[in-house]
Amino acid sequence: MLNVALPKGRLGESVYDMFEKAGFGCPAIKEESRKLIFESVENGVRYFWVKPSDVGVYVERGAADIGVAGKDILLEYEPDIYELADLHCGICRMVSAGPKGFHDDTTRTLRVATKFSHIAQTYYTSQGRDIDIIHLNGSIEIAPLLGLSDLIVDIVETGTTLKENNLEVIDTIVPISARLIANKASYAFKKEEIDAVVRGIKKETT
Amino acid sequence: MDETLLSEEKTILKLRTLYRKYGYQPYKMNRFEEYDLYVRNKDFLVSDNIITFTDTDGKLMALKPDVTLSIVKNSKDVKGTVQKLCYNEYVCRTSAPGKPFREIMQAGLECIGDIDDYCRYEVLLLASESLKQIADTAVLAVSHLGIITGVLDSLHVSSAAYGRLIQCIRAKNLHEAASVCKEEGVSDENFALLSSLMSASGTPGEVIPVLKTLFPKNSDIEALERIISLLPEGAVKIDFSLLNDMHYYNGIVFQGFVSGAPDAVLSGGEYDLLMQKMGKKLKALGFAVYLDKLEFLLRERNDCDVDTLLLYGEETKPSDVAKKIRELTAAGKSVSAQKITPANLRCRDTVTLGGYHA
Repeated sequence: MLNVALPKGRLGESVYDMFEKAGFGCPAIKEESRKLIFESVENGVRYFWVKPSDVGVYVERGAADIGVAGKDILLEYEPDIYELADLHCGICRMVSAGPKGFHDDTTRTLRVATKFSHIAQTYYTSQGRDIDIIHLNGSIEIAPLLGLSDLIVDIVETGTTLKENNLEVIDTIVPISARLIANKASYAFKKEEIDAVVRGIKKETT
Repeated sequence: MDETLLSEEKTILKLRTLYRKYGYQPYKMNRFEEYDLYVRNKDFLVSDNIITFTDTDGKLMALKPDVTLSIVKNSKDVKGTVQKLCYNEYVCRTSAPGKPFREIMQAGLECIGDIDDYCRYEVLLLASESLKQIADTAVLAVSHLGIITGVLDSLHVSSAAYGRLIQCIRAKNLHEAASVCKEEGVSDENFALLSSLMSASGTPGEVIPVLKTLFPKNSDIEALERIISLLPEGAVKIDFSLLNDMHYYNGIVFQGFVSGAPDAVLSGGEYDLLMQKMGKKLKALGFAVYLDKLEFLLRERNDCDVDTLLLYGEETKPSDVAKKIRELTAAGKSVSAQKITPANLRCRDTVTLGGYHA
Protein backbone atom coordinates (compact mmCIF):
# COMPACT_ATOMS: atom_id res chain seq x y z
CA MET A 1 0.00 0.00 0.00
CA LEU A 2 1.44 3.37 -1.05
CA ASN A 3 0.65 6.37 1.15
CA VAL A 4 0.25 9.49 -0.96
CA ALA A 5 0.13 13.04 0.45
CA LEU A 6 -1.75 15.41 -1.82
CA PRO A 7 -1.94 19.19 -1.38
CA LYS A 8 -5.45 20.37 -0.45
CA GLY A 9 -7.04 22.65 -3.01
CA ARG A 10 -7.26 23.05 -6.77
CA LEU A 11 -3.75 21.80 -7.47
CA GLY A 12 -4.33 18.65 -5.41
CA GLU A 13 -7.55 17.90 -7.25
CA SER A 14 -5.94 18.19 -10.67
CA VAL A 15 -2.98 16.12 -9.49
CA TYR A 16 -5.36 13.44 -8.20
CA ASP A 17 -6.88 13.28 -11.70
CA MET A 18 -3.40 12.45 -13.03
CA PHE A 19 -3.05 9.62 -10.52
CA GLU A 20 -6.49 8.35 -11.48
CA LYS A 21 -5.70 8.40 -15.19
CA ALA A 22 -2.42 6.61 -14.44
CA GLY A 23 -4.41 3.73 -12.90
CA PHE A 24 -4.23 4.68 -9.22
CA GLY A 25 -7.76 5.90 -8.70
CA CYS A 26 -9.73 5.98 -5.47
CA PRO A 27 -13.35 6.95 -6.33
CA ALA A 28 -14.28 7.78 -2.70
CA ILE A 29 -12.00 10.81 -2.82
CA LYS A 30 -14.42 12.59 -5.16
CA GLU A 31 -17.42 12.16 -2.86
CA GLU A 32 -18.50 15.22 -0.86
CA SER A 33 -17.13 14.67 2.62
CA ARG A 34 -14.88 16.13 5.27
CA LYS A 35 -12.76 13.01 5.38
CA LEU A 36 -9.04 13.53 4.83
CA ILE A 37 -7.93 9.94 4.22
CA PHE A 38 -9.11 7.74 1.34
CA GLU A 39 -8.01 4.23 0.51
CA SER A 40 -8.25 2.01 -2.53
CA VAL A 41 -7.16 -1.50 -1.59
CA GLU A 42 -7.68 -2.57 -5.18
CA ASN A 43 -5.19 -0.03 -6.53
CA GLY A 44 -2.86 -0.24 -3.55
CA VAL A 45 -3.02 3.47 -2.64
CA ARG A 46 -4.06 5.55 0.33
CA TYR A 47 -4.43 9.27 -0.28
CA PHE A 48 -4.54 12.01 2.29
CA TRP A 49 -5.13 15.71 1.91
CA VAL A 50 -2.67 17.92 3.73
CA LYS A 51 -1.79 21.61 3.76
CA PRO A 52 0.35 22.21 0.64
CA SER A 53 3.30 23.51 2.67
CA ASP A 54 3.21 20.35 4.85
CA VAL A 55 3.52 17.78 2.03
CA GLY A 56 7.34 17.83 2.26
CA VAL A 57 7.20 17.16 6.01
CA TYR A 58 4.81 14.20 5.61
CA VAL A 59 7.04 12.68 2.96
CA GLU A 60 10.39 13.39 4.62
CA ARG A 61 9.16 11.93 7.89
CA GLY A 62 7.80 8.82 6.17
CA ALA A 63 4.10 9.36 7.04
CA ALA A 64 3.63 9.43 3.27
CA ASP A 65 5.69 7.36 0.83
CA ILE A 66 5.16 9.84 -1.96
CA GLY A 67 3.50 13.22 -2.36
CA VAL A 68 3.05 16.21 -4.58
CA ALA A 69 4.57 19.54 -3.57
CA GLY A 70 5.30 22.82 -5.30
CA LYS A 71 8.94 23.51 -6.14
CA ASP A 72 8.63 26.64 -3.97
CA ILE A 73 7.98 24.49 -0.89
CA LEU A 74 10.90 22.19 -1.74
CA LEU A 75 13.28 25.11 -2.19
CA GLU A 76 12.11 26.88 0.95
CA TYR A 77 12.15 23.92 3.37
CA GLU A 78 14.70 21.70 1.60
CA PRO A 79 13.27 18.37 2.79
CA ASP A 80 15.63 15.42 2.30
CA ILE A 81 13.53 13.61 -0.31
CA TYR A 82 13.69 12.32 -3.87
CA GLU A 83 12.20 14.59 -6.53
CA LEU A 84 11.08 12.05 -9.09
CA ALA A 85 9.06 14.01 -11.63
CA ASP A 86 8.02 17.45 -12.76
CA LEU A 87 4.24 17.28 -13.17
CA HIS A 88 4.13 20.41 -15.37
CA CYS A 89 1.11 21.76 -13.52
CA GLY A 90 0.66 24.49 -10.93
CA ILE A 91 3.04 26.49 -13.09
CA CYS A 92 4.11 29.90 -11.81
CA ARG A 93 7.32 31.84 -11.03
CA MET A 94 9.18 32.92 -7.91
CA VAL A 95 10.07 36.54 -8.57
CA SER A 96 11.44 39.65 -6.99
CA ALA A 97 9.10 42.58 -7.53
CA GLY A 98 9.05 46.22 -6.59
CA PRO A 99 7.27 49.51 -7.24
CA LYS A 100 7.21 50.51 -10.91
CA GLY A 101 10.48 52.19 -11.88
CA PHE A 102 12.27 50.84 -8.79
CA HIS A 103 15.94 51.80 -8.62
CA ASP A 104 18.18 49.60 -6.50
CA ASP A 105 20.43 51.76 -4.33
CA THR A 106 23.35 49.37 -3.90
CA THR A 107 24.95 51.57 -1.22
CA ARG A 108 22.39 50.42 1.34
CA THR A 109 20.91 47.18 2.60
CA LEU A 110 17.98 45.98 0.53
CA ARG A 111 14.83 45.33 2.57
CA VAL A 112 12.95 42.32 1.19
CA ALA A 113 9.51 41.22 2.39
CA THR A 114 8.64 37.59 1.73
CA LYS A 115 7.00 34.39 2.87
CA PHE A 116 9.97 32.56 1.36
CA SER A 117 12.86 33.75 3.56
CA HIS A 118 15.22 30.92 2.66
CA ILE A 119 14.72 31.27 -1.10
CA ALA A 120 15.19 35.05 -0.89
CA GLN A 121 18.29 34.73 1.27
CA THR A 122 19.85 32.14 -1.06
CA TYR A 123 19.08 34.21 -4.15
CA TYR A 124 20.50 37.49 -2.86
CA THR A 125 23.50 35.77 -1.26
CA SER A 126 24.34 34.28 -4.66
CA GLN A 127 24.33 37.85 -5.98
CA GLY A 128 26.51 39.09 -3.13
CA ARG A 129 23.76 41.52 -2.05
CA ASP A 130 23.29 42.41 1.62
CA ILE A 131 19.59 42.15 2.46
CA ASP A 132 17.29 42.51 5.44
CA ILE A 133 14.60 39.85 5.27
CA ILE A 134 11.18 40.82 6.57
CA HIS A 135 9.22 37.61 7.01
CA LEU A 136 5.50 38.04 6.37
CA ASN A 137 2.76 35.42 6.16
CA GLY A 138 0.45 37.11 3.66
CA SER A 139 -0.47 40.31 1.76
CA ILE A 140 3.20 40.61 0.82
CA GLU A 141 2.37 43.07 -1.99
CA ILE A 142 1.52 45.91 0.38
CA ALA A 143 4.93 45.86 2.12
CA PRO A 144 6.68 48.15 -0.44
CA LEU A 145 3.60 50.35 -0.72
CA LEU A 146 3.69 51.06 3.01
CA GLY A 147 7.46 51.52 3.09
CA LEU A 148 7.96 48.33 5.08
CA SER A 149 10.28 46.93 2.41
CA ASP A 150 11.99 47.94 -0.83
CA LEU A 151 11.08 44.75 -2.67
CA ILE A 152 9.13 41.57 -2.28
CA VAL A 153 9.96 37.97 -3.20
CA ASP A 154 6.82 36.05 -3.97
CA ILE A 155 5.05 33.65 -6.32
CA VAL A 156 3.48 35.13 -9.42
CA GLU A 157 1.10 33.27 -11.68
CA THR A 158 -0.47 35.89 -14.00
CA GLY A 159 0.95 39.07 -12.45
CA THR A 160 -2.51 40.64 -11.96
CA THR A 161 -2.12 41.15 -8.20
CA LEU A 162 1.23 42.84 -8.76
CA LYS A 163 -0.21 45.16 -11.42
CA GLU A 164 -3.18 46.09 -9.27
CA ASN A 165 -0.79 47.11 -6.52
CA ASN A 166 1.48 49.12 -8.84
CA LEU A 167 4.28 46.59 -8.62
CA GLU A 168 6.27 44.97 -11.39
CA VAL A 169 8.51 41.95 -11.72
CA ILE A 170 12.19 42.81 -11.43
CA ASP A 171 13.70 39.35 -11.74
CA THR A 172 12.53 35.78 -12.12
CA ILE A 173 14.29 33.79 -9.41
CA VAL A 174 13.08 30.33 -10.34
CA PRO A 175 10.24 28.76 -12.31
CA ILE A 176 7.82 26.79 -10.12
CA SER A 177 5.67 23.74 -10.81
CA ALA A 178 4.31 20.74 -8.92
CA ARG A 179 6.79 17.91 -8.30
CA LEU A 180 6.26 14.26 -7.41
CA ILE A 181 8.42 13.53 -4.38
CA ALA A 182 9.27 10.35 -2.47
CA ASN A 183 10.61 9.40 0.94
CA LYS A 184 14.12 7.94 0.62
CA ALA A 185 13.52 4.98 2.94
CA SER A 186 10.16 4.21 1.29
CA TYR A 187 11.92 4.18 -2.07
CA ALA A 188 14.37 1.60 -0.73
CA PHE A 189 11.50 -0.72 0.23
CA LYS A 190 8.77 0.13 -2.32
CA LYS A 191 10.83 0.94 -5.41
CA GLU A 192 8.65 -1.07 -7.80
CA GLU A 193 5.36 0.49 -6.62
CA ILE A 194 6.80 4.02 -6.64
CA ASP A 195 8.43 3.56 -10.05
CA ALA A 196 5.08 2.29 -11.40
CA VAL A 197 3.37 5.50 -10.23
CA VAL A 198 6.17 7.65 -11.70
CA ARG A 199 5.93 5.85 -15.04
CA GLY A 200 2.14 6.21 -15.10
CA ILE A 201 2.22 9.89 -14.15
CA LYS A 202 5.00 10.71 -16.63
CA LYS A 203 2.90 9.14 -19.35
CA GLU A 204 0.08 11.49 -18.40
CA THR A 205 2.28 14.58 -18.35
CA THR A 206 4.19 14.13 -21.60
CA MET B 1 19.33 -11.70 26.67
CA ASP B 2 18.50 -10.01 29.98
CA GLU B 3 14.86 -8.88 29.85
CA THR B 4 15.54 -5.93 32.14
CA LEU B 5 17.64 -4.26 29.45
CA LEU B 6 15.93 -1.59 27.38
CA SER B 7 15.69 -2.19 23.63
CA GLU B 8 18.36 0.41 22.92
CA GLU B 9 20.72 -1.24 25.40
CA LYS B 10 20.01 -4.66 23.87
CA THR B 11 20.78 -3.29 20.40
CA ILE B 12 24.06 -1.75 21.60
CA LEU B 13 25.02 -5.04 23.21
CA LYS B 14 24.14 -7.05 20.09
CA LEU B 15 26.10 -4.69 17.85
CA ARG B 16 29.13 -4.71 20.13
CA THR B 17 29.06 -8.52 20.28
CA LEU B 18 28.90 -8.63 16.49
CA TYR B 19 31.81 -6.22 16.03
CA ARG B 20 33.97 -7.95 18.65
CA LYS B 21 33.43 -11.26 16.84
CA TYR B 22 35.36 -9.73 13.94
CA GLY B 23 38.15 -8.39 16.14
CA TYR B 24 36.97 -4.81 16.59
CA GLN B 25 38.20 -3.45 19.90
CA PRO B 26 35.92 -1.20 21.95
CA TYR B 27 37.18 2.37 21.97
CA LYS B 28 36.16 4.56 24.89
CA MET B 29 36.42 8.29 24.47
CA ASN B 30 36.36 11.41 26.53
CA ARG B 31 33.12 13.40 26.17
CA PHE B 32 35.12 16.52 25.27
CA GLU B 33 37.51 17.36 22.48
CA GLU B 34 39.38 20.51 21.55
CA TYR B 35 37.09 22.72 19.46
CA ASP B 36 39.88 23.29 16.94
CA LEU B 37 39.49 19.73 15.62
CA TYR B 38 35.92 20.45 14.51
CA VAL B 39 36.59 23.93 13.16
CA ARG B 40 39.12 22.46 10.74
CA ASN B 41 36.70 19.75 9.58
CA LYS B 42 33.29 21.39 9.87
CA ASP B 43 31.95 20.00 6.61
CA PHE B 44 32.58 16.46 7.78
CA LEU B 45 30.07 16.90 10.59
CA VAL B 46 26.35 16.16 10.24
CA SER B 47 25.68 19.57 11.81
CA ASP B 48 28.17 22.36 12.43
CA ASN B 49 26.41 23.54 15.59
CA ILE B 50 28.70 22.65 18.46
CA ILE B 51 28.43 23.26 22.20
CA THR B 52 31.67 24.82 23.40
CA PHE B 53 33.10 25.79 26.77
CA THR B 54 36.40 27.11 28.10
CA ASP B 55 38.36 24.57 30.12
CA THR B 56 40.20 25.52 33.31
CA ASP B 57 43.44 25.92 31.35
CA GLY B 58 41.79 28.39 28.95
CA LYS B 59 41.46 25.94 26.03
CA LEU B 60 38.25 26.11 24.03
CA MET B 61 36.65 22.69 24.27
CA ALA B 62 33.60 21.12 22.60
CA LEU B 63 31.08 18.52 23.66
CA LYS B 64 31.81 15.82 21.14
CA PRO B 65 29.49 16.15 18.08
CA ASP B 66 31.15 13.26 16.24
CA VAL B 67 33.18 10.15 16.96
CA THR B 68 35.11 9.47 13.74
CA LEU B 69 37.25 12.62 13.88
CA SER B 70 38.50 11.76 17.38
CA ILE B 71 39.35 8.20 16.35
CA VAL B 72 41.15 9.36 13.20
CA LYS B 73 43.07 12.01 15.14
CA ASN B 74 44.39 9.36 17.51
CA SER B 75 45.08 6.72 14.85
CA LYS B 76 48.66 5.67 14.18
CA ASP B 77 50.21 5.52 10.72
CA VAL B 78 51.66 2.01 10.83
CA LYS B 79 52.08 0.55 7.36
CA GLY B 80 50.71 -2.93 6.79
CA THR B 81 48.45 -3.00 9.84
CA VAL B 82 44.76 -2.33 10.22
CA GLN B 83 43.29 -0.83 13.39
CA LYS B 84 39.77 -2.14 13.99
CA LEU B 85 37.79 -0.17 16.52
CA CYS B 86 34.16 -0.13 17.60
CA TYR B 87 32.35 2.29 19.87
CA ASN B 88 29.07 3.32 21.36
CA GLU B 89 29.18 6.90 22.47
CA TYR B 90 26.88 9.82 23.11
CA VAL B 91 27.41 12.70 20.74
CA CYS B 92 25.88 16.13 21.17
CA ARG B 93 24.50 17.90 18.14
CA THR B 94 21.46 19.32 16.38
CA SER B 95 19.59 17.22 13.85
CA ALA B 96 19.17 20.21 11.51
CA PRO B 97 19.90 23.95 11.52
CA GLY B 98 17.66 25.76 13.97
CA LYS B 99 16.74 22.57 15.84
CA PRO B 100 17.69 22.18 19.52
CA PHE B 101 20.75 20.22 20.65
CA ARG B 102 20.24 16.56 21.47
CA GLU B 103 22.37 13.92 23.05
CA ILE B 104 22.42 11.05 20.56
CA MET B 105 23.68 7.52 21.14
CA GLN B 106 25.79 6.41 18.21
CA ALA B 107 27.30 2.97 17.73
CA GLY B 108 29.67 2.04 14.97
CA LEU B 109 33.07 0.95 13.85
CA GLU B 110 36.14 2.28 12.10
CA CYS B 111 38.68 0.29 10.12
CA ILE B 112 41.89 2.31 9.67
CA GLY B 113 45.18 1.38 8.06
CA ASP B 114 46.24 -0.72 5.11
CA ILE B 115 42.71 -1.10 3.70
CA ASP B 116 42.20 -3.77 1.05
CA ASP B 117 39.18 -5.37 -0.59
CA TYR B 118 38.81 -7.80 2.30
CA CYS B 119 38.46 -4.86 4.74
CA ARG B 120 35.89 -3.21 2.47
CA TYR B 121 33.93 -6.47 2.26
CA GLU B 122 34.12 -6.98 6.03
CA VAL B 123 32.82 -3.49 6.83
CA LEU B 124 29.96 -3.87 4.33
CA LEU B 125 29.14 -7.27 5.77
CA LEU B 126 29.08 -5.89 9.31
CA ALA B 127 26.91 -2.97 8.18
CA SER B 128 24.48 -5.45 6.63
CA GLU B 129 24.57 -7.67 9.74
CA SER B 130 24.04 -4.61 11.97
CA LEU B 131 20.79 -3.87 10.15
CA LYS B 132 19.68 -7.47 10.66
CA GLN B 133 20.22 -7.04 14.41
CA ILE B 134 17.85 -4.08 14.35
CA ALA B 135 14.98 -5.17 12.10
CA ASP B 136 13.80 -8.11 10.04
CA THR B 137 13.37 -6.02 6.91
CA ALA B 138 16.32 -3.88 5.96
CA VAL B 139 18.13 -2.54 2.91
CA LEU B 140 21.80 -1.65 2.72
CA ALA B 141 22.19 0.70 -0.24
CA VAL B 142 25.69 1.00 -1.69
CA SER B 143 27.23 3.47 -4.08
CA HIS B 144 30.74 4.27 -5.34
CA LEU B 145 31.84 7.90 -5.46
CA GLY B 146 34.56 7.11 -7.99
CA ILE B 147 31.94 6.03 -10.52
CA ILE B 148 29.84 9.15 -9.95
CA THR B 149 32.75 11.61 -10.10
CA GLY B 150 34.04 9.84 -13.21
CA VAL B 151 30.77 10.55 -15.01
CA LEU B 152 30.45 14.09 -13.66
CA ASP B 153 34.03 14.97 -14.62
CA SER B 154 33.45 13.73 -18.16
CA LEU B 155 30.64 16.30 -18.60
CA HIS B 156 33.11 19.24 -18.30
CA VAL B 157 30.55 21.58 -16.72
CA SER B 158 31.19 24.72 -14.61
CA SER B 159 31.72 24.26 -10.88
CA ALA B 160 28.30 25.80 -10.12
CA ALA B 161 26.64 23.33 -12.48
CA TYR B 162 28.70 20.50 -10.97
CA GLY B 163 27.27 21.38 -7.55
CA ARG B 164 23.72 21.53 -8.93
CA LEU B 165 24.16 18.15 -10.61
CA ILE B 166 25.30 16.65 -7.31
CA GLN B 167 22.06 17.91 -5.73
CA CYS B 168 20.10 16.41 -8.65
CA ILE B 169 21.80 13.04 -8.22
CA ARG B 170 21.04 13.06 -4.47
CA ALA B 171 17.38 13.80 -5.20
CA LYS B 172 17.07 11.45 -8.23
CA ASN B 173 15.97 14.62 -9.98
CA LEU B 174 16.37 13.74 -13.65
CA HIS B 175 14.30 16.61 -15.04
CA GLU B 176 16.48 19.25 -13.37
CA ALA B 177 19.69 17.41 -14.29
CA ALA B 178 18.48 17.54 -17.90
CA SER B 179 18.03 21.31 -17.78
CA VAL B 180 21.43 21.86 -16.10
CA CYS B 181 23.10 19.77 -18.82
CA LYS B 182 21.20 21.64 -21.52
CA GLU B 183 22.29 25.01 -20.08
CA GLU B 184 25.90 23.79 -20.01
CA GLY B 185 25.82 22.40 -23.54
CA VAL B 186 26.40 18.78 -22.50
CA SER B 187 25.94 16.41 -25.42
CA ASP B 188 22.87 14.13 -25.50
CA GLU B 189 25.20 11.15 -25.40
CA ASN B 190 26.90 12.32 -22.20
CA PHE B 191 23.61 13.25 -20.58
CA ALA B 192 22.31 9.76 -21.43
CA LEU B 193 25.23 8.30 -19.45
CA LEU B 194 24.47 10.49 -16.44
CA SER B 195 20.77 9.72 -16.70
CA SER B 196 21.45 5.96 -16.85
CA LEU B 197 23.65 6.20 -13.77
CA MET B 198 21.01 8.18 -11.86
CA SER B 199 18.34 5.63 -12.79
CA ALA B 200 20.48 2.60 -12.02
CA SER B 201 19.23 1.26 -8.74
CA GLY B 202 18.43 -2.27 -7.69
CA THR B 203 20.18 -5.52 -6.90
CA PRO B 204 23.82 -5.93 -8.01
CA GLY B 205 22.59 -8.56 -10.48
CA GLU B 206 20.34 -5.98 -12.12
CA VAL B 207 22.66 -2.96 -11.98
CA ILE B 208 26.24 -4.14 -12.52
CA PRO B 209 25.70 -5.64 -16.00
CA VAL B 210 24.06 -2.34 -17.06
CA LEU B 211 27.00 -0.35 -15.65
CA LYS B 212 29.53 -2.57 -17.38
CA THR B 213 27.83 -2.00 -20.72
CA LEU B 214 27.66 1.76 -20.16
CA PHE B 215 31.19 2.14 -18.82
CA PRO B 216 33.34 -0.69 -20.18
CA LYS B 217 36.63 -1.39 -18.36
CA ASN B 218 35.83 1.06 -15.55
CA SER B 219 38.11 0.10 -12.65
CA ASP B 220 35.71 1.48 -10.00
CA ILE B 221 32.86 -0.67 -11.31
CA GLU B 222 35.15 -3.69 -11.32
CA ALA B 223 36.18 -2.89 -7.72
CA LEU B 224 32.56 -2.53 -6.63
CA GLU B 225 31.66 -5.82 -8.31
CA ARG B 226 34.63 -7.61 -6.73
CA ILE B 227 33.63 -6.56 -3.21
CA ILE B 228 29.91 -7.08 -3.59
CA SER B 229 30.47 -10.56 -5.06
CA LEU B 230 31.98 -11.60 -1.70
CA LEU B 231 28.82 -10.66 0.18
CA PRO B 232 25.89 -13.02 0.71
CA GLU B 233 23.21 -12.70 -1.97
CA GLY B 234 20.67 -10.00 -1.21
CA ALA B 235 22.94 -8.25 1.32
CA VAL B 236 23.07 -4.98 -0.61
CA LYS B 237 21.35 -2.93 -3.27
CA ILE B 238 23.09 -0.42 -5.50
CA ASP B 239 21.84 3.17 -5.53
CA PHE B 240 23.86 6.08 -6.91
CA SER B 241 21.79 8.72 -5.14
CA LEU B 242 24.05 8.16 -2.12
CA LEU B 243 26.58 10.95 -2.21
CA ASN B 244 28.47 11.72 0.96
CA ASP B 245 30.59 14.87 1.08
CA MET B 246 33.15 14.42 -1.67
CA HIS B 247 35.74 16.52 0.16
CA TYR B 248 36.09 13.74 2.72
CA TYR B 249 34.69 10.57 1.22
CA ASN B 250 35.82 8.54 -1.77
CA GLY B 251 35.21 5.01 -3.04
CA ILE B 252 32.40 3.00 -1.52
CA VAL B 253 29.70 4.79 0.47
CA PHE B 254 26.57 3.23 1.93
CA GLN B 255 23.41 3.82 3.92
CA GLY B 256 21.16 1.42 5.78
CA PHE B 257 17.39 1.59 5.95
CA VAL B 258 15.10 -0.47 8.17
CA SER B 259 11.39 -0.88 7.72
CA GLY B 260 9.51 1.59 9.91
CA ALA B 261 12.24 4.24 10.16
CA PRO B 262 11.71 7.23 7.85
CA ASP B 263 15.35 7.80 6.96
CA ALA B 264 18.72 6.09 6.98
CA VAL B 265 19.66 4.56 10.34
CA LEU B 266 23.17 3.64 9.27
CA SER B 267 25.65 5.62 7.25
CA GLY B 268 29.25 5.04 6.28
CA GLY B 269 31.93 4.80 3.65
CA GLU B 270 35.56 5.18 2.75
CA TYR B 271 37.04 8.46 3.96
CA ASP B 272 40.63 8.48 2.71
CA LEU B 273 40.34 12.18 1.87
CA LEU B 274 39.62 13.00 5.52
CA MET B 275 42.69 10.97 6.47
CA GLN B 276 44.77 13.03 4.04
CA LYS B 277 43.35 16.30 5.37
CA MET B 278 44.32 15.22 8.85
CA GLY B 279 47.87 14.46 7.72
CA LYS B 280 47.50 10.67 7.83
CA LYS B 281 49.02 8.45 5.18
CA LEU B 282 46.72 5.47 5.62
CA LYS B 283 43.20 4.74 4.40
CA ALA B 284 40.01 4.28 6.38
CA LEU B 285 36.39 3.29 6.27
CA GLY B 286 33.67 2.82 8.80
CA PHE B 287 30.04 3.42 9.65
CA ALA B 288 27.76 4.63 12.39
CA VAL B 289 24.36 3.39 13.50
CA TYR B 290 22.17 6.24 14.70
CA LEU B 291 20.30 4.78 17.62
CA ASP B 292 18.16 7.90 18.08
CA LYS B 293 16.56 7.15 14.72
CA LEU B 294 15.52 3.76 16.05
CA GLU B 295 13.75 5.26 19.03
CA PHE B 296 10.24 4.62 17.72
CA LEU B 297 11.16 1.31 16.20
CA LEU B 298 12.72 -0.05 19.37
CA ARG B 299 10.13 1.38 21.73
CA GLU B 300 9.16 -1.22 24.33
CA ARG B 301 5.62 -2.39 23.91
CA ASN B 302 5.10 -2.92 27.62
CA ASP B 303 1.53 -2.83 28.73
CA CYS B 304 2.52 -2.45 32.38
CA ASP B 305 5.18 -0.63 34.40
CA VAL B 306 5.44 -3.27 37.10
CA ASP B 307 4.11 -6.79 37.61
CA THR B 308 2.66 -6.28 41.08
CA LEU B 309 1.54 -3.28 43.05
CA LEU B 310 1.98 -4.08 46.74
CA LEU B 311 -0.22 -1.84 48.88
CA TYR B 312 0.42 -1.46 52.62
CA GLY B 313 -0.78 0.94 55.32
CA GLU B 314 0.58 3.08 58.14
CA GLU B 315 0.08 0.21 60.56
CA THR B 316 1.74 -2.47 58.42
CA LYS B 317 5.05 -3.63 59.85
CA PRO B 318 8.01 -2.83 57.56
CA SER B 319 9.24 -6.41 58.12
CA ASP B 320 5.95 -7.72 56.62
CA VAL B 321 6.39 -5.51 53.57
CA ALA B 322 10.01 -6.64 53.19
CA LYS B 323 9.00 -10.30 53.54
CA LYS B 324 6.27 -10.01 50.91
CA ILE B 325 8.61 -8.20 48.54
CA ARG B 326 11.19 -11.00 48.95
CA GLU B 327 8.50 -13.60 48.16
CA LEU B 328 7.28 -11.80 45.04
CA THR B 329 10.69 -10.91 43.63
CA ALA B 330 11.88 -14.47 44.30
CA ALA B 331 8.95 -15.58 42.12
CA GLY B 332 10.42 -13.45 39.33
CA LYS B 333 8.02 -10.53 39.64
CA SER B 334 8.81 -6.84 39.69
CA VAL B 335 7.07 -5.10 42.59
CA SER B 336 6.32 -1.54 43.58
CA ALA B 337 5.48 -1.10 47.29
CA GLN B 338 3.18 1.89 47.84
CA LYS B 339 0.79 3.22 50.43
CA ILE B 340 -1.66 4.50 47.82
CA THR B 341 -2.08 3.57 44.17
CA PRO B 342 0.10 6.01 42.21
CA ALA B 343 -1.57 7.80 39.32
CA ASN B 344 -0.60 6.37 35.91
CA LEU B 345 1.08 3.26 37.34
CA ARG B 346 0.13 0.26 35.22
CA CYS B 347 0.40 -3.15 36.92
CA ARG B 348 -0.68 -6.68 36.18
CA ASP B 349 -1.96 -7.40 39.68
CA THR B 350 -2.34 -5.80 43.08
CA VAL B 351 -1.56 -7.36 46.48
CA THR B 352 -2.66 -5.68 49.70
CA LEU B 353 -1.13 -6.28 53.12
CA GLY B 354 -2.84 -6.13 56.52
CA GLY B 355 -3.10 -2.55 57.73
CA TYR B 356 -3.82 -1.11 54.28
CA HIS B 357 -7.01 0.95 54.05
CA ALA B 358 -8.27 1.90 50.63
